Amino acid sequence: MDTTMYNPFVMPFAFGVVILFLNLIISFVTWLYNLSKTQRKQVGRHIISWRTLAAIWECLRECLLHRNIFKRNPVLGYMHCSLAFGWSLLIIVGKFEASTYSGSFFTNPWLAIFFRYFEDPSRIFPHKELFTFLMDFLLAVVLSGLLLAVIKRFYSRLMGLKKATRHTPSDRIALISLWCIFPLRLVAESLVAGYRNNGGFLTQSLGNLLAPFNLPIDPIWWAYSIALCLFFIFMPFTRYMHIFTEILLIFLRKWGVVEEDKKTGYTDVELAACSRCGICIDVCPLNTAAKINDTQSVYFIRDIRDNVISHRIINDCLLCNRCVEACPVGIKSTKIRQIYREKKSFENKQYYDYLNPAATGSTTSGNKSPKVLYFAGCMSHLTPGIIDSMKKIFKAAGEDFVFVDEDKNICCGRPLRQQGFLDQANTLMAKNVQLFNSYNAEILVTSCPICYNSFKTEYKDLNIKVMHHTQYINMLIEEGRLQVNHSDKTFAYHDPCEISREENRIFEEPRNILRAAGTLLPLTNEKADALCCGSSLGNTVLSTEQIEDIRNQAMDVLTKDNPDYIVTSCPLCKKTFKKGLRNGPEVKDIAEIIIMG
Amino acid sequence: MIKFGYAPVVSRTLDLDSSDFSLRDELIREVPSYKKCIGCGGCTSTCSAHQHTEFSILRCNMLFRRGKYDVLEKELDKCMLCGKCLLVCPRNVNTRDMIIKMRLLVQHKNKKQ
Ligand code: SF4
Ligand code: SF4
Ligand code: SF4
Ligand code: SF4
Repeated sequence: MDTTMYNPFVMPFAFGVVILFLNLIISFVTWLYNLSKTQRKQVGRHIISWRTLAAIWECLRECLLHRNIFKRNPVLGYMHCSLAFGWSLLIIVGKFEASTYSGSFFTNPWLAIFFRYFEDPSRIFPHKELFTFLMDFLLAVVLSGLLLAVIKRFYSRLMGLKKATRHTPSDRIALISLWCIFPLRLVAESLVAGYRNNGGFLTQSLGNLLAPFNLPIDPIWWAYSIALCLFFIFMPFTRYMHIFTEILLIFLRKWGVVEEDKKTGYTDVELAACSRCGICIDVCPLNTAAKINDTQSVYFIRDIRDNVISHRIINDCLLCNRCVEACPVGIKSTKIRQIYREKKSFENKQYYDYLNPAATGSTTSGNKSPKVLYFAGCMSHLTPGIIDSMKKIFKAAGEDFVFVDEDKNICCGRPLRQQGFLDQANTLMAKNVQLFNSYNAEILVTSCPICYNSFKTEYKDLNIKVMHHTQYINMLIEEGRLQVNHSDKTFAYHDPCEISREENRIFEEPRNILRAAGTLLPLTNEKADALCCGSSLGNTVLSTEQIEDIRNQAMDVLTKDNPDYIVTSCPLCKKTFKKGLRNGPEVKDIAEIIIMG
Repeated sequence: MIKFGYAPVVSRTLDLDSSDFSLRDELIREVPSYKKCIGCGGCTSTCSAHQHTEFSILRCNMLFRRGKYDVLEKELDKCMLCGKCLLVCPRNVNTRDMIIKMRLLVQHKNKKQ
């Protein structure tokens, strides 16, 4: 029929596509340009390697199939998958159909999008029926995903989410145009099918139904094209930008780019890659226990993107990393928070010039080359029980150790870094490194998870093996240097945030120890899914009552099966729970359990 | 002259007229628990920084209350934000937040002048 294969209604679509690609190119180039030197070096080093292949594979898995969302929530996963995978297949299969039809791969670029309109139904081409069926099938898949999305907007509980994310005006335009695209396409194709009998199982049936009304065809195709155009134009300013950004994020991450202390182009990529799926809302203890529901990663990221971020939102976060664990895109929102917390440093300041590592350290030992350095950390100094037990354990194992911060301890610097005082944190780190290096030791043992995390991930020039005391005690038991008596006591073990998420996952060592000492009870939330005790130093703005609410939530999990002891391996968690438990099980550090037994 | 180990004291009057109280209300708004401090000194006795040098939140509170912002700025930089004070405070004063906010307010103020 229409052999020119052109109609003015393709113009809005074409215009939208051009604008979209210009926008994407500008954004991508700006982000890459803003990468730091080290980040660019990483990209250069790994761009031609197996990592690139791995990234492509991950893109297929995550951007199209959304495997991670599936794992968390099958219905939500199907919604994302059917929209993303279904739509991209529609484009790909459509392109093949159009190319087969016209006999050339380089046909009009819009032919694939508006194929049914331009198709001459009398023209026979290979696999015609198959193509028609596939296209209808894919359209049905996308429409089913869309239906779920619409339902989710109104009944978010269905997806297991308590609260759908809020939207800005441009989000709304993009959302409405997105919702219109596929129903319009369905109607447009059906109308054509009604006249020309070129539809598949879906479009033909609907077309036959509509045929008696003799509706005009062109206006619907115009509407379809305009919906596409609107979506493409507004998309870069909305959450839908995540569709393309996630691809870039996966590549950069596979090439070894990581968040740094200051804002870089990579931060912007992470921010733009959030799909606002809302998974982070329901895992956040602030939401579930303290009813604070405007500060979770999704809102934090949205507020930054909309340029309305407030100090409270930046600071109201425990940095417990539960949301980072759950995020299907793998956005390190807590690192970004730390970046946004950065406080100005002033020049010529001699931070902590009063500290003298030489005057710090053990008062009781002149030993300069022990095997083990024990660093209790500030918090352990508030829980003498832990320190005493550790000393006894060292003694029982006959360990050659020096208690390196027995007298006048220096903070590890992580609390400062979490609050954005970078220069100050670096000063403390340097002092501690100086202290450790003044000994000639093999292992650095700490009983504070905050210090452990800091030594492991933030200290770059530490030439010593770092162990958390759970790891160390477990090693002693395995080496047969420490005897543990099995008792009939039951334990509920609380995994401290700092050693149970991201790269620090100390799960098995404490469990081995406790199984040797008694019976370990299974919990509803444990390991990477453990709840925060609420006292995290990452959050400075919570009120005492809010902290207590969060603590009680964690304690409910721990006390459910009436254990004899709540066991933890963090002095801060221990103190927190102790304050909360008037009667009921006793709270003990894992080191105290060993000594007790 | 025989020294008896004591001497006439130089007068140490507090000149409230030269003090500047402008930041107090702001701090109270930001950290309401600041008002709850009873000056027991628990925080200072456990303080990590205090083991190494003369530093006391108690004194910082006093300086802040009296509007001595110039001395205070140097003083506040000594805190390591370790959080020990937070755990011992019997009045649940949010000491860390108080110190951070004091630090920012005072730095801002001193820079403007
Ligand atoms: S931060 Fe992650 S989990 Fe939260 S909404 Fe964004 S993509 Fe989803
Ligand atoms: S880090 Fe923890 S407190 Fe902060 S937003 Fe994520 S889940 Fe919530
Ligand atoms: S947070 Fe600061 S004031 Fe409080 S104990 Fe630590 S060093 Fe001292
Ligand atoms: S421990 Fe609390 S109440 Fe006592 S002086 Fe320090 S801040 Fe004030």
